[in-house]
Amino acid sequence: MTAPLHIAGRELRSRLLLGTGGFARLATLGDAIEACECELVTVAMRRVDPATQGSLLDVISERGVDVLPNTAGCFTARDAVLTAQLAREALGTDWVKLEVIGDERTLLPDAPELLVAAEQLVDDGFVVLPYTNDDPVLARRLQDVGCAAVMPLGSPIGSGMGIANPANITLIVQAAGVPVILDAGVGTASDAALAMELGCDAVLCASAISRAADPVAMAHAIRLAVEAGVLARGAGRIARRTHARASSPLQGVAEFAE
Amino acid sequence: MIYVNGQPTDGGENPTIRDVLLRLDIDPATAGIAVAVDAEVTRRGEWPTLTVPDGARVEIVTATQGG
Repeated sequence: MTAPLHIAGRELRSRLLLGTGGFARLATLGDAIEACECELVTVAMRRVDPATQGSLLDVISERGVDVLPNTAGCFTARDAVLTAQLAREALGTDWVKLEVIGDERTLLPDAPELLVAAEQLVDDGFVVLPYTNDDPVLARRLQDVGCAAVMPLGSPIGSGMGIANPANITLIVQAAGVPVILDAGVGTASDAALAMELGCDAVLCASAISRAADPVAMAHAIRLAVEAGVLARGAGRIARRTHARASSPLQGVAEFAE
Repeated sequence: MIYVNGQPTDGGENPTIRDVLLRLDIDPATAGIAVAVDAEVTRRGEWPTLTVPDGARVEIVTATQGG
């Protein structure tokens, strides 16, 4: 069992957050929530479709986990702030995973808009968890305006390319005074383990689980990977070396007759 | 005429937000929904009394699957 994570005064036993996007069936989402033993799942805010309303929130509440609304789909600070405020009214939570996207092709964050939105939402009493670039300076600026965590991307959303710049994630972790949650880009369990080994405090996965051939099995695998990564980080990995270093003694090797 | 989730809608005479929801067969007591009128977020408690002006853009949202 790993130590709990604290964000804005809340204790989370799980260091894996699940995004609910991409699951083909709600029943699979429910099983994946159970398999990854998460406590927070993200949801997006969209126009009501009277034919489907309610069922997603039912699945989430039946599993006893809380929703973390996001502002996915927003391209401006104004729209992200309004979406967060709507989510607060709809879902009764002042936590928000803040996303302000620069363009549809990369889905990378728009840094200036993100910072403006973060500051406004913090001032409005929100617990802001911003999805951000793997940029140590932007992460610091987000922390300075009062964000409760920072959520740097490993690589673009849904790309499954893993952690493209581990050095930058390390710099963000070293400087952070708030939890660092690796968000976006995780493709499989080893990516999640690496995030934790680099010192991240948690990992958020959506597509890696929801779009896996067997989402429930992948949810289980990534949960174990997160735990393994935390334990490995605490255990202290060996330094990398250019040359080999024998682990068997060099003395006492038997010398055989010609 | 008002615009509800982008659709031109006949809201009737001085409709309240509650009226607009009922007109769309949405129970105002439904959990997990929120309403913005002309880019202002409304409170659930205001829905029975807050009227929607002619030409207003009403957005009714809820949680959906998303990362």
